[in-house]
Amino acid sequence: MKTNPLSMQLKLDPDDFLPASNDEKQSLVVMRESVSFWKDGLRRLVRNKIAMVSLFFIVVIMIFSFIVPSFYPYRYEQQIKGSENLSPMEYSEKEIARKEAGEDVFPHILGTDKLGRDYAIRVMMGSRISLIVGLVAAAIILIIGSVIGSVAAFFGGWVDIIIMRIVDLIYTVPDILLIVLLSTVMKSPIEHLAEKPGFGWMQVLGPNMISIFIVFALLYWVGMARMVRGQILTLKQSEYVTAARALGASSGRIIKKHLLTNCIGTLIVVTTLQIPSSIFTESFLSFVGIGVARPTPSLGSLASDAVNGFGTYPHLLFIPALLISLIILSFNLFGDGLRDAFDPKLKD
Amino acid sequence: MLKYIVKRLIIALITIFAVATLTFFLMNAVPGGPFQAEKSISAQARANLDAKYGLDKPLFQRYLTYMNDALHGDFSESLKQRGRSVISIITTKFPVSARVGGMAVLLSLIIGVPLGCIAALNRGKALDNVIIVLATCGIAIPGFVICTLLLYFIGAKLQWLPTYGLSSWKHYIMPVISIAVYPTAYITRLMRSSMLDVLGQDYMRTARAKGLSQSVSLFKHALRNAVIPVVTYVGPMLAYTITGSMIVEKIFTIPGLGSEFVSSALNRDYTVIMGTTIFLATLMVLVNVLVDIVYTIIDPRIKLK
Repeated sequence: MKTNPLSMQLKLDPDDFLPASNDEKQSLVVMRESVSFWKDGLRRLVRNKIAMVSLFFIVVIMIFSFIVPSFYPYRYEQQIKGSENLSPMEYSEKEIARKEAGEDVFPHILGTDKLGRDYAIRVMMGSRISLIVGLVAAAIILIIGSVIGSVAAFFGGWVDIIIMRIVDLIYTVPDILLIVLLSTVMKSPIEHLAEKPGFGWMQVLGPNMISIFIVFALLYWVGMARMVRGQILTLKQSEYVTAARALGASSGRIIKKHLLTNCIGTLIVVTTLQIPSSIFTESFLSFVGIGVARPTPSLGSLASDAVNGFGTYPHLLFIPALLISLIILSFNLFGDGLRDAFDPKLKD
Repeated sequence: MLKYIVKRLIIALITIFAVATLTFFLMNAVPGGPFQAEKSISAQARANLDAKYGLDKPLFQRYLTYMNDALHGDFSESLKQRGRSVISIITTKFPVSARVGGMAVLLSLIIGVPLGCIAALNRGKALDNVIIVLATCGIAIPGFVICTLLLYFIGAKLQWLPTYGLSSWKHYIMPVISIAVYPTAYITRLMRSSMLDVLGQDYMRTARAKGLSQSVSLFKHALRNAVIPVVTYVGPMLAYTITGSMIVEKIFTIPGLGSEFVSSALNRDYTVIMGTTIFLATLMVLVNVLVDIVYTIIDPRIKLK
C-alpha cells in the first residue's frame, strides 16, 4: 500500500505486539548488583590517589607508634649513662667499647636527647600519644556533638534556642583560657579518682591526658553539633520521618535509626577532620607546657624541649615537627578524600 | 536594620556577662590561689595579701563586688604585677598585638583571596593542584613549627632578619609571616571552593552571554558573591589574631596581649584573666555584629531581621 509521507498516522508494526520471548525477558533482568552507598563511596575513595597515599602514611605511622615500640631494644624513659646528646647513628664511647667486645649494640637511629634517652623510641611514643589523643578526642566529640546537635535540630523550639546559645557562648570564650583553667581544675580530682579501685585504667593513660580529653569533649563538640544540626534540620522534613512517626516510632528511634544514619557521610568526614585538629591542639598545649605530663613524651612536648638547644641539635626539633606536620597533613588529605567520596552533595 | 543592630548588641551584652560569670567561677574553682606558688612568703603574709585583695571573702560576695566595679569601669589592679591596673596592661599590650595581628590578617587576605580565585579559574590544571597542595600544607603545619623553622633558617643561619623584639620594620616580618600562614591557607581553600560554586551559577552565564568581558563578570559578579564565606571566617579570625598569638609572641619575645593572657591564666592573676577575657569577648561579639553589617553591604539580597 502506498503511504503518504506527510501522514500523521502512526505506522504500527504488528510484530511489536507479540508476547516477549524468554531472551527478551532476560535482557530486562538487572544482572549487576545494585551499588550501595558504601560500595560506591569506597570505590571512589580507592580511586583517589592522594587519599590512598595519606592512608598508607597513616598506617605506617600507626605501625611505628603502636607495634614497633613493643619490641624496640630501648625504652622511652630509659636513660643511658654516657650516651647523652648523640647525633643520629652515633655511638657513645662506652657503646663502642661494648661493640668491640663483640656485643650487639642497637644503633640510636635518631640519636639521643640530653638525658641520654634514645630519641627514636621517644618520637614513636610521642606519636602514639598524639594519635591516641586525636582518635579518642574525635570519638568523644563525635558522640557528644551528634547527640546534642540532633536533639537541638529535632526538637527545635526552646531546646534549640538554649543549646545554640550555649554553642555561641563556647565560641565566644577564648578556648586557650578554658583549656588552661579546666585542665588545672580537673587535675587533682582526677588524680584522686585514679587511686580508687576500678579506675586503675586512668593511671595507664595518666590524669593529664584524661583531663585533656574532658576539655576537648567540653569545648569542641560545638562544631560537630552545628554541622549535625544543619543536616538534620533539612532531613527532618523528609517523608520517611513522617512515615516513621505515623508508624509510632519514638523520637529517640527516629534520631538514631533514621536521621543520624542518613547523615553518616558527614559524620565520618567531620570526625576524620577532627582528628588532625585535636592533634594540632594537643601539640600546641604540650608545646606551651600544659599538655601531657612528663616523662611521657608527646610530639608537641618533644618539640618544645628541643627549642632551647636547637642551635646545636636542630634534628631534635625537626623530627617531631616534621612528624606532626606529616600526621596532620595525612589525616587532612584523607579526610578530604573521604568527603569527596561520601558527601552526596559533591557527587556529579 | 537599626532595630536589628540594637537587638544584636543587647544579646552581645548578655553574652559578655555570661562569659564573665563563667570565667569568674571557673577560675575560682581551681584549688589554690594567686599567692600559693610564692614559697618565699610566710603564711601570715599570704593571709595579709589575700585580705588586701579581698580574696578572703566568700566567693559570691567577691563576684558581686567585681561585677559592680567592672560596671563602673574599674577593672582593679593586677595581683601579680604590683601597682599596674588591668586597663593599663591591656592598653599597653593590645596595640602591639594588634599591629602584628592586623598586618598578618591583611597579608593573608592579599595573598589568600587572589590565590583562591586563580585556583578556581584553573580548576584541575597544574596550577590549581600546586595551590591546593601549598594551602593544605599551610593548614597542616602547626604555628610553632613555622616559627622555629623561620627562626632557625632565616634568623640564626642566614641572619637576614632580627629574631626578637619589635624595634624596626624588619622585626615584624617573621612574626607576621608565622601568624599569616594558617589564615592564608584557609582563606585560599575557602575562596577556591566558594568561587567554584559561584562560577557554576546561572547569573555568571547570563553575565557572559549579555556580552560582559571576562574581567568585569569576574570582578563585579563572581568575586562579590564568592567573598561572603571569607568574610564570615575573617571576622572571628581578626578578633583572635589582633589579641595576639601566644606561641608567636613567646618565640619572638613580643610583649603582646596573647602571652600576657596565657601567663596570667597560668599564674592565677585573677583580675588580669577577667579583664582580658571580657576584652576578648567584647571584641568577638562586636566583630560578629560587624560581619553581619558587612554582609548587607556586599550582598544587598541579605536583609537583617
